[in-house]
Amino acid sequence: MEYYLIVSAIMFFAGIYGFFVRRNTLAILISIELILNATDINFAVFNRFLFPNGLEGHFFALFSIAISAAETAVAIAIMINIYRNIRSIQVRNLNEMKW
Amino acid sequence: MNLTILILILPLISFLILGVWGKWLKPAQAGLLGTISLALVTLLSYYTAWQYFTMPRTPEGTFETLMPYNFTWLAFTETLHFDMGILLDPISVMMLVVISTVSLMVHIYSLGYMHGEKGFQRYYAFLSLFTMSMLGLVVATNIFQMYLFWELVGVSSYLLIGFYYTKPAAVAASKKAFIVTRFADLGFLVGILFYGFYAGTFTFSPTQTALVAGGAAMLPLALGLMFIGGAGKSAMFPLHIWLPDAMEGPTPVSALIHAATMVVAGVYLVARMFPLFIAYAPETLEIIGWVGAFTAFFAAAIACVQTDIKRVLAFSTISQIGFMIVALGVCTGSDPHEGGLGYMASMFHLFTHAMFKALLFLGAGSIIHAVHSNEMKDMGGLRKYMPVTHITFLIACLAIAGIPPFSGFFSKDEILAASFAYSPVMGWVMTGIAALTAFYMFRLYFGIFWGKEVEVHGSHKPHESKLPMTFPLMFLAAVTCVAGFIPFGEFISSNGQAYHIHLDLTVAVTSVVIAVIAIVLATLIYMRPAQPVADKLAKNLAGLHSAASNRFYVDEIYQFVTHKIIFRYISTPIAWFDRHVIDGFFNFLAWGTNATSNSIRNLQSGQIQQYALVFLLGALALILILLLTF
Repeated sequence: MEYYLIVSAIMFFAGIYGFFVRRNTLAILISIELILNATDINFAVFNRFLFPNGLEGHFFALFSIAISAAETAVAIAIMINIYRNIRSIQVRNLNEMKW
Repeated sequence: MNLTILILILPLISFLILGVWGKWLKPAQAGLLGTISLALVTLLSYYTAWQYFTMPRTPEGTFETLMPYNFTWLAFTETLHFDMGILLDPISVMMLVVISTVSLMVHIYSLGYMHGEKGFQRYYAFLSLFTMSMLGLVVATNIFQMYLFWELVGVSSYLLIGFYYTKPAAVAASKKAFIVTRFADLGFLVGILFYGFYAGTFTFSPTQTALVAGGAAMLPLALGLMFIGGAGKSAMFPLHIWLPDAMEGPTPVSALIHAATMVVAGVYLVARMFPLFIAYAPETLEIIGWVGAFTAFFAAAIACVQTDIKRVLAFSTISQIGFMIVALGVCTGSDPHEGGLGYMASMFHLFTHAMFKALLFLGAGSIIHAVHSNEMKDMGGLRKYMPVTHITFLIACLAIAGIPPFSGFFSKDEILAASFAYSPVMGWVMTGIAALTAFYMFRLYFGIFWGKEVEVHGSHKPHESKLPMTFPLMFLAAVTCVAGFIPFGEFISSNGQAYHIHLDLTVAVTSVVIAVIAIVLATLIYMRPAQPVADKLAKNLAGLHSAASNRFYVDEIYQFVTHKIIFRYISTPIAWFDRHVIDGFFNFLAWGTNATSNSIRNLQSGQIQQYALVFLLGALALILILLLTF
């Protein structure tokens, strides 16, 4: 069980790291996907090892995958709009929201 | 009697129509609308008066006091409530007749006088408003309703004085009138509150329980305070300063508001509270009488040297109102045969004075219309050009001078008789003032219609005014000729019972002889084109003359007290405190908020990743805290 958790922890923190340091919104989105997938793995693993008779964890992971797909679609739509407005998808150019 | 409500509603409707839609009406339509509604009101008033005075009397011989309408508007306790309604008793019915008659005449007159003026519709709207509020004042069923309409009257007076709002003098005069009367009304309001508290009611008859509980001792104070309000409206010394300035308004307005109706509101107030004055505050009434006497003398003295004809008439109005107040003040009992004569005399004089003073003002308006000036030096010899104005003006002058058979003689005679009955001093003082009245009125008359020939202004000679202006003059002159023969005492007297007026021959003869002497004196001095005697008198009594010309410097004293003392030593420090301490505190609060916000605004950078980092650090910090505590 620990090996699975180590893998998911690495994915999770890689995602966090990517979220903070990448300047491209697409890369940030991919980082978010990494974080979400890490949690999905956790759900599956805990369900498999701690409650082998239950299926809730698996279902929850499935839901999560579906929702993250939808979220990605929305996020990409937002990005396309941002690109149309400021001709860039670099986060540092996205400073319209200050003050 | 049930139609009386229309007397108030018709002018209100015409005010609303003219006020809201006046812009889209033609001036002629607006004038006609106002005049017709007023004519209806006048007819209704006459009808009401006829109905009221032909009613059978009560067994005591008085007229019943009717209240066709009375709604409770705001109830505080069982006995203490503000009402709105209509009260009919002899004096209110008499006032209805006076107000509607004079107002109708002024409406008709204004059709000619204000013809072609800018704001004609507005003028008629204000006239309707004024008439409505004045009628509401006299039919008030309680002191509070009276106060409400009292203030409405003040507002419409303010609006009409300032009718020519592009003229700075008119604006200043309207403000002065409003502020002075408003200041006096503060006394009225305090008096009403005292009265409500100690008499236990706002109606004109105090409740017995409140009086027994000790309220009677406070009534003189309450009534005295109310009289301050009345003194403000009725231009009693020292609150008279607004009335001469109010002459800046259109002349018909002066005739209606500042001669015949609004300025007698103070007299009406005292008359309305008369039973209370007699029963609980005879000393206050006496003081009021002396205030009136002093005012009458003071104003008459000033009127002798003024050169603006409207101002002469304004001071004469003040003086005549002084007469009415004196007549009320000299009353010592409620029986007209013993000390109560003055009440009837005062109301009688109010009635006759309203007619002949309105006539004088309308005549003055006609003259001003012809020569385009208010100053006596621009007039003279007008009798040839304006016969109707001349004759009617002469009738009014004779009436105010107290020459029989004109109306002023009868009412003034009753006042003098009442004054003599009170004390010979008061009687002789009032006779002297009556002589002074005759003198200055004939000085005015000769100055306008005789004396040097008028210079021709521009291309046309002065000419007689048109019918809308001369008709009211003739009507009022006719009333002035016959009003003295009305058996006034039959309808109105201090205890309500019929009182047969009988001329006190000694008083009548003395007053007429003195008035004739004064007129002859005025004729000798002022009839000729050159006036050597008058000039010499003015030179020899230069100090007195210039003091009187400057209205005994009362305005200057007010200026000094307000500007030099109140403004400088009270208002300025308070203004400083307000500006620096009160405002400063709130400015400091605002400045503090602003500074704090400015210093932290950089936190809101707009960089999403920075927010996320702070969020993560915060989450980690929370976890750390949780781990360390548990």
